[in-house]
Amino acid sequence: MIEFTLWDIVRNLLLAARWTLLLSIVAFIGGGIVGLLILLLRISAKNALRRFASGYIALFQGTPLLMQLFLMFFGLPMLGFRIEPWSAAVLGLTFFASAYLAEIWRSGVDALPRGQWDAGASLGLHYIQELRLIILPQAFRIALAPTVGFLVQLIKSTALTSIIGFEELLRTSNAINNATFEPFTVYGLVALIFFVMCFPLTQYARMLERRTAPH
Amino acid sequence: MGYSLQFGWLYEALGAIASGAGMTVLLIAVTTVIGTVISIAGAAARRSRFPVLRYAITAYVELVRNTPFLVQLFFIFFGLPSLGIRLDPIIAAILAMTLNMAAYTTEIVGAGLDAVPRGQREAALALGLRPRQVFIKIVLPQALKVIFPALTSQIVIMMLESAVVSQIAVRELTYEADMLQARTFRAFETYFVVTMVYLGLSIALRRLLVAGGRRALGAGVS
Repeated sequence: MIEFTLWDIVRNLLLAARWTLLLSIVAFIGGGIVGLLILLLRISAKNALRRFASGYIALFQGTPLLMQLFLMFFGLPMLGFRIEPWSAAVLGLTFFASAYLAEIWRSGVDALPRGQWDAGASLGLHYIQELRLIILPQAFRIALAPTVGFLVQLIKSTALTSIIGFEELLRTSNAINNATFEPFTVYGLVALIFFVMCFPLTQYARMLERRTAPH
Repeated sequence: MGYSLQFGWLYEALGAIASGAGMTVLLIAVTTVIGTVISIAGAAARRSRFPVLRYAITAYVELVRNTPFLVQLFFIFFGLPSLGIRLDPIIAAILAMTLNMAAYTTEIVGAGLDAVPRGQREAALALGLRPRQVFIKIVLPQALKVIFPALTSQIVIMMLESAVVSQIAVRELTYEADMLQARTFRAFETYFVVTMVYLGLSIALRRLLVAGGRRALGAGVS
């Protein structure tokens, strides 16, 4: 029987929290890249592409993340990939994040006056240049507050990857709890660590929101 | 080695899937009703004259919004018994879901209350209505109308998040899926079917709420 002091618990949880952070960052970057592609489809001139993107977004926003993770975890080996919790977690959260980010950024694009597109076209820019130089920079700025807000949601969502066996903060805390039988302390500390990660971002999102508010 | 999809197990599993879906619907129905009532009270309390009450509500909202639902669920189900509070899994799930949803909807309802013009309240008071009547009959219906889309989205999100209460052995849809795949060894197909059931549930829930909202709050609700 190993004796755990409070410091042992805290130290192990903090070590595990690194994985939570890493997973959040990787999924946010991956989700951003895939989300940008979905956004381009979503605002494209072709009807079929727009429909596909809407369907993609509706699918990921209309089903539980836990199911998406399970489908990754059990589905990818069927396609011949060797899959471990880490890759299933990264891929699952990447697709999840891409759908939400695409939708958030699309609202930013929609918020731009039509004249911005026309002005770009009249300067002789072609579609890609117009997006890169005129539309997307403004859309991202408008959508910055909800994007940061979604990052908070993504960090919290990483807790679900404990269920498919990824050793992040919550899974480690389950193991510690099984050894110490102090669920109140252990889960309380886990909540505290998540709070410390999320609260500054929430406040930052709120500040951005206030700054961009119309009045 | 090829893997071929098989759905032959599905026919016998329909009963389990239906009963799981029933439990999921029950959980979200109870959560929606209690959560909405709590959030109306919370939003009103946050605008009250009592600073202690205001700080307490703010602290609750921030605490819940910045920690994962799964951690809240584990804290309630595994952590509270060490304080002598032992809850049945279903009660723990409903408690966790309600507290979680109410934290988000308190903010939403609050935004709705702020959106109702002051003149509405003053006019109602001038007509001789008591403050409570003013709130319930004049301010609240208008606020609910404004926030209805946001409230609907939050309820659907909570329904999807409720999948994790399978982790404390509540026999809802995900729990039944876990049991089925353990029996059939058809994990992908099982989760695929159940994912589609969730998709259907979330679409149906959204339609139902919009239709109900139109009836209760009048036209203009989307």
